[in-house]
Amino acid sequence: MNISRRRFLLGAAVAGGGLLLGYASTRPSRQSIVNRDFAQQGQAFLTTWLRIDPDNIVTVIVPHSEMGQGVLTSLPMMAADELDADWANVRVEQAPATDLYANGVLVKGFAASLGFTAPAFLNRTMDFVTLKAAEILNMQITGGSSSVRFTGELGMRAAGAAAREMLVKAAAEQWDVPASEITTRNSRVYHDASSRSLSYGELATAAAQFEPSRTPVLKRPDQFTLMGTSVPRVDIPAKVDGTAMFGIDAMPEGMLYAAVTTSPVFGGQLQSVGNKDAALQQRGVVRIVELADAVAVVADNYWRASKALAMLQPVFTATDADNRNSSDIFADYNAALDNGERNEDVLLGDAELALANAAEVISANYRVPFLAHAAMEPMNCTVLFRDGRCEVWTGTQDNLGIRGRVASVAGLDENDVMVHPFYVGGGFGRRLPMSTNTIDQATLIAQQFDVPVQTLWSREEDTRQDYYRPAVSSRFRAGFDSNGTLVAWENAYIGQNEPLEAAHLAYSVPNQKIDYVDSPTHVPFGAWRSVAHSQHTFFLESFTDELAWNRQQDPLQFRLSMLADKPRHARVLREAATRAGWGTPAPEGRARGIALQESFGSIVAEVAEVSLTAEGRVRVEKVTCAIDCGRVVHPDNAASQVESGIIYGLTAALYGQISIEQGRVKESNFHDYEMLRLSESPEIEVVLLESDGASVGGLGEPATPPISAAVSNALYALTGQRVRELPLKNYQFLPPPVERGAVDA
Amino acid sequence: MIELQINGETRQLDIEPEMPLLWALRNELRLVGTKFGCGIAACGACTVHVNGQAVRSCVTPVSAVQNTQITTIEGLSASGLTPVQQAWIAHQIPQCGYCQSGMIMAVSALLDSNPNPDEQAVASSISNVCRCGTYPRISKAIAELIATRPATPFVDATVETNV
Repeated sequence: MNISRRRFLLGAAVAGGGLLLGYASTRPSRQSIVNRDFAQQGQAFLTTWLRIDPDNIVTVIVPHSEMGQGVLTSLPMMAADELDADWANVRVEQAPATDLYANGVLVKGFAASLGFTAPAFLNRTMDFVTLKAAEILNMQITGGSSSVRFTGELGMRAAGAAAREMLVKAAAEQWDVPASEITTRNSRVYHDASSRSLSYGELATAAAQFEPSRTPVLKRPDQFTLMGTSVPRVDIPAKVDGTAMFGIDAMPEGMLYAAVTTSPVFGGQLQSVGNKDAALQQRGVVRIVELADAVAVVADNYWRASKALAMLQPVFTATDADNRNSSDIFADYNAALDNGERNEDVLLGDAELALANAAEVISANYRVPFLAHAAMEPMNCTVLFRDGRCEVWTGTQDNLGIRGRVASVAGLDENDVMVHPFYVGGGFGRRLPMSTNTIDQATLIAQQFDVPVQTLWSREEDTRQDYYRPAVSSRFRAGFDSNGTLVAWENAYIGQNEPLEAAHLAYSVPNQKIDYVDSPTHVPFGAWRSVAHSQHTFFLESFTDELAWNRQQDPLQFRLSMLADKPRHARVLREAATRAGWGTPAPEGRARGIALQESFGSIVAEVAEVSLTAEGRVRVEKVTCAIDCGRVVHPDNAASQVESGIIYGLTAALYGQISIEQGRVKESNFHDYEMLRLSESPEIEVVLLESDGASVGGLGEPATPPISAAVSNALYALTGQRVRELPLKNYQFLPPPVERGAVDA
Repeated sequence: MIELQINGETRQLDIEPEMPLLWALRNELRLVGTKFGCGIAACGACTVHVNGQAVRSCVTPVSAVQNTQITTIEGLSASGLTPVQQAWIAHQIPQCGYCQSGMIMAVSALLDSNPNPDEQAVASSISNVCRCGTYPRISKAIAELIATRPATPFVDATVETNV
């Protein structure tokens, strides 16, 4: 891939914005500030994200959280490659939560690629229209499958390239030779004509005197030495011997533990607490803390706090939602879709006219339930207030955002709050800075102490006080003309999508009318891995499959026939299908289904091969996935992210269901909010595809959306039963397959 | 007083006999490699070895494990990474990593007691939850460990002898 002019200028413009490089417009520059505030004796920061020590150790400072996506490896690889650093002598640090490491590149990347709309993963809880740019920029967020494609492509590579140029310039001055005669490799600068060389460490201080270039020259892909290779992930050794520290593992001196019960009905307030005296007499109990909507017991051991909490009899106020059930919410959705005000999402041609004139109209209604995130590390946050200042220990997808949130809840200046970063024991959108109920509680509880207090939620609390993936209903009508061509697509669904394009059709259909209707619920919602794609890809790709079967066409060929102008989409479909043996008979008792989606800059096709157990439950035997993410930075980690995304989506498809009963969440722990286990995990084959000239796409989320439709479509091929509502655990499938005819997949 | 043998050391703790081992390890002894996931033995994040057997410490009262040899993830590799830990690195298994202490303890105990488990035995023994979906790689690592039968013990011999 050549760096396209547009992309390069974008990178330069971002760099010139004053965050990384090109600080000419601000004095002192960020680079000089980090040198003043963070450099030890003899060290030099060449940009805010790169530090070089006299012993030639290059340290890359990563402004994202490591939550399993490999960002502590992939981003340093990108900087080190451009820098021509010796990977064996590259170290990695997590950025401190300070303004200097606010990630403007990320937000600008989104703004540039999406036309200045809100980052998708930030979801509906923040109104970006009203946010000032300065506030948006004040983020260190990890989400939206964005670290590599924005921070990496626009930031880390530029930082590495600029630092390399500064080192070359320093050597050229020192040796009095033209910079063009100088080469770099393995953290050394060479002048071959005079057989001289110096280490980066020897040159770093001199190089730091220069301003980083606004327009560093980036490598062409054929010049990469690290990008495109699978170096071992830097975080893995600590994750096999128990030494990796997560937020829950913080142990500041004198720490107490808080166990909490929040109003089970969202919006309820704490009215009274019974049996306090008995609870207070329990061993280790220090205090009972009453908050507006919750009660906490603080003790010297978490188990003691939990035991005493269970003795309390909290009473919460009644709310309008006290009698609401999931069935009421879906009834509201139906009423809204029947009579509610339609908001335009897509309007192309005249779908109503085309449907009126269609030779055949097919309609179907779909829906999916609320889902919890269920990260393995239960929500927790440790806070210490002392001397008018505050320290926070927690694993979060945005350390800087949490600093701001704690300051705001505590009424402190942000500069009086210090956030200690940790490994994140599962993010999936739950630990984004607009989903802070745990952080808020921890802050308010700790404010009543002068020792650190760790607020730790039970799994039950974690399941019942989430910011859920919204339940959505979606209705479709499609019209074929007399030639059997799909000419009309009508879709109406609940709630505006983030990202906006989640319900948009990849296929070319001349007349489209896609609308959304609002139907608010009392259930808090947030970003859930792949956000609205997770619901809408199930809808879109299941309904598309219905249409194929209705026309008695092969589901793969039916899709391909409408992708003439989308060669990358057609390619991933063909590749996944070929690898999965599409078109050849599936093994006895099995069938295959296919689904396609583009999200977060990557295009994904998945083929699921399923069978039934003797009890009529689905068993997913194999998943074949082809993904075009433009260019692959770390192939092995890319594959592992895809595997992860598939398992996460498959767990939701098979088991995921949060039910509202009497206004509250019925499910509580892994026995009733079930998880896929090793024994049910399918064989997964991942095919990574690149596209010359395409931007780098995301990998953390794009594999999640297609799997539910791929599995459901395979079940239809096997049983003739169409799944229009998840999860699959609620179905019993009948083994004898219906007549499958010519479209047997 | 409760007396526990943990990672080869005798520890005296002034705690309630019914306190789950998990909270004695994490809050009293500050051995935080063992993780809290569910509190009802449904996820396996808290798995430790008791006399070489995989045990979910969140539902195991300390009174039940006195006079036993307890090994945590911190003790597993007291004399270098075990074959299971090495396989976890070779296959680049952990993602967020939170469940992996428990996963490694469960797999180690299984392979130590049954060097050649069939698919059924693996499925029933390794029911730990991993939300990052590292299962495909775990399956490959287990299959390789079974096939290669490393000479090095799966559990630390210095800690778990004579049980």
